[in-house]
Amino acid sequence: MFRNQYDTDVTTWSPAGRLFQVEYAMEAVKQGSAAIGLRSKTHVVLACVNKANSELSSHQKKIFKVDDHIGVAIAGLTADGRVLSRYMRNECINYSYTYESPLPVGRLVVQLADKAQVCTQRSWKRPYGVGLLVGGLDESGAHLYYNCPSGNYFEYQAFAIGSRSQAAKTYLERKFENFVGSSREELIKDALIATRESLQGEKLRSSVCTVAVVGVGEPFHILDQETVQKLIDEFEIVREDEPPAEPQPPAEQDAPADQGTGADQGAAAASPDVAPMDI
Amino acid sequence: MDHHPSAETQRTLYPYVTGSSVVALKYKDGILMAADTGGSYGSTLRYKSIERMKPIGKHSLLGASGEISDFQEILRYLDELILYDNMWDDGNSLGPKEVHNYLTRIMYNRRNKFNPLWNSLILGGVKKGQKYLGMVSMIGVNFEDNHVATGLGNHLARPILRDEWHENLTFEEGVQLLEKCMRVLLYRDRSAVNKIQISKITEEGATVFPPFSLKTYWEFSAFKNPTVGAEGSW
Repeated sequence: MFRNQYDTDVTTWSPAGRLFQVEYAMEAVKQGSAAIGLRSKTHVVLACVNKANSELSSHQKKIFKVDDHIGVAIAGLTADGRVLSRYMRNECINYSYTYESPLPVGRLVVQLADKAQVCTQRSWKRPYGVGLLVGGLDESGAHLYYNCPSGNYFEYQAFAIGSRSQAAKTYLERKFENFVGSSREELIKDALIATRESLQGEKLRSSVCTVAVVGVGEPFHILDQETVQKLIDEFEIVREDEPPAEPQPPAEQDAPADQGTGADQGAAAASPDVAPMDI
Repeated sequence: MDHHPSAETQRTLYPYVTGSSVVALKYKDGILMAADTGGSYGSTLRYKSIERMKPIGKHSLLGASGEISDFQEILRYLDELILYDNMWDDGNSLGPKEVHNYLTRIMYNRRNKFNPLWNSLILGGVKKGQKYLGMVSMIGVNFEDNHVATGLGNHLARPILRDEWHENLTFEEGVQLLEKCMRVLLYRDRSAVNKIQISKITEEGATVFPPFSLKTYWEFSAFKNPTVGAEGSW
């Protein structure tokens, strides 16, 4: 995308029928660090890559609990994401207060989308620069939605947003047909593997990622670092002849991943000079 | 939706046209509710054909005693609520629990402004196999139970229900039980009329049955000499 004379404000159409400011806002989402979501019939898992700016600073919070039954993972301008999370929490709590019932995820998502749309049609506003993966449970089952800065929203079985999310998406595209029947543990593992894809060679450790789960009988909560590291260790293979930063190429990982945890220890024949997943 | 108050604002002081008790119970397939069709104007039984039970949305049934005009106002609020709920067009719908809570909020907020809706409401329904039966009063007191009643029904009907209600009543048993309650109310509540309606709500939907009259018996020997045993009474 290049600068042009129609991109100064959001209320100017281009001759081709595009709103460039909205598209630029979507670019901001692509620059943020990756966020991944997947769902089964009974659970939704959200995971994100959490890179701190320096060793001295803390990680940015990218996953927010919105209510016991809804959580959101963001990518892009995290400040915008925080504000929208506050809006979502407010909507949920008001609905709960009036109806003593959890707000259906689909309705929250529509309200969020309409809020984003307003910012695409006011000359004194700018679009939100954040993409939201909203995961939640309601009467009609488990849901995962993606909300764009454009005001559009889509429902997904699995999705990834942010930088290097294509790697995660490719992995998810291969596996998503099985997700509906996945158990909670399988789903979390798939989320972690997808997160690892976005790390592009870097070692997956619980200090660089955050994982959250919501499910039937399980309120939305973020898993603590210890639990995540244990889950990573269950499927990560570390071999002595390879430098510690080398992850398994995804092709090797497929078969053991399908068999569940514990079977991974058997796949030791990977050649040390096979390159990690390339995009 | 808010009306600007006129210079002289008034708050509700007393009701004018009132309905008498409503009684309701949970049975095997859902909720059964009964009420008579009378509207009293003070001590006169002025209106004889007022329907005091209405279906709300797909899953609920509302019965009201107290001021009839306030009941009609509540029906308008709920109509709007259900309309907006349907306009989402998303497969979700407000169940009886949600409607009951919404009504509680309305009643309590009006009470806080010293301008109550002068009603006792019974809200019953079934959604996804779950039966729900609740009550809200004009001061916002609300609760759920297996059987509820308004007004004098609490004193005359609830004791009968406490003795004779049990889980999984059949439709016929439920109706019999309600008729028993309504008969006692007819004998003892001066604002009751002998034109009763029964309504039911199940997973399939709501039905408000046409009105009918209860058979009454006035030949009890106690009625013949009512003052025997109460010296000085007339």
